[in-house]
Amino acid sequence: MSGPRRDPDVVRPYVRTGGRSRPSRDVRLETLVIAVHDPLTQGLEPDARRVLDLCRGGVLAVAEIAAGLDLPPSVVRILVSGLIDTGHLAAPSRRVRADAPSADLLKEVLHGLRSIA
Amino acid sequence: MGSAPSPETPRIAYNPPTVTRSAKLLITGPFGVGKTTLVGSVAPLVLRMDETMTEASVGVDDLRGTPHKTTTTVAMDFGRLHLNESLVLYLFGTPGQVRFRPLWEGLADGALGALVLVDTRDLDRCHDVLDLLEEHGTPYAVAVNRFEGAKDYPEEEIRQALDLADSTPLTSCDARDRQSCLRALITLVEYLSARQLEPHP
Repeated sequence: MSGPRRDPDVVRPYVRTGGRSRPSRDVRLETLVIAVHDPLTQGLEPDARRVLDLCRGGVLAVAEIAAGLDLPPSVVRILVSGLIDTGHLAAPSRRVRADAPSADLLKEVLHGLRSIA
Repeated sequence: MGSAPSPETPRIAYNPPTVTRSAKLLITGPFGVGKTTLVGSVAPLVLRMDETMTEASVGVDDLRGTPHKTTTTVAMDFGRLHLNESLVLYLFGTPGQVRFRPLWEGLADGALGALVLVDTRDLDRCHDVLDLLEEHGTPYAVAVNRFEGAKDYPEEEIRQALDLADSTPLTSCDARDRQSCLRALITLVEYLSARQLEPHP
């Protein structure tokens, strides 16, 4: 389960996120984001800029950004929430809150799974 | 799966532009039970993310009251399924050992539910994951991953060994077989759906 880090320097997550240790908003591993049209990148820290650059291509979940950039998902959650705060990233539309899943969402998931099974 | 992707050349694929909503299920169970295999059977692409975790190393010699902390990297595999034009379902392989508890906060939050894969040759190792699920209040179904050479046990014996509630679905699957995995996921979501309609205490 554990292996050698690809990054030889052990960089504490809060160093990569400008001192923040928690996301400023509810950003989860499955939260979808996309870069807003033509965002300004001045003043962004390198990791935040990498996240933004990746998100210019289309809709991705936080977990996919973490996998694509080889960053810990806990760090990406914080970076993404910061980039939403600054208007660089946005949800592709109003996000469904999954902590109180509606029967409708479950029905939709069930219907979707049945349609591909 | 080949070598690890280089950071600047992600192997990720973007969601279609029509996708606006996501849902999440956890695929969990003890080490080596077939979680990644199941995700790979169902999802067209399996991605890996590495989370760093700081844990206090508790040693028998460490009686000085200054717990040493070590940073470990935990690999987590996941995949996705597009269920319709606008909805994508993410399946997260979630390590089920209690020492990975710090990771569960990010994984369990917002999960619709979990499918617990078990191996009948070693049911004792499943108690950790069932404890973690109860702690987070994540509803779950249990699926026996049929390993070749593993003896078939009567359902009642497995239920007793795992101390499952009567309402918890118990099914079986072959983690290598797409259809069988999809059926197990359907069993889980049928349960979640029915549970949703019940009045909660």
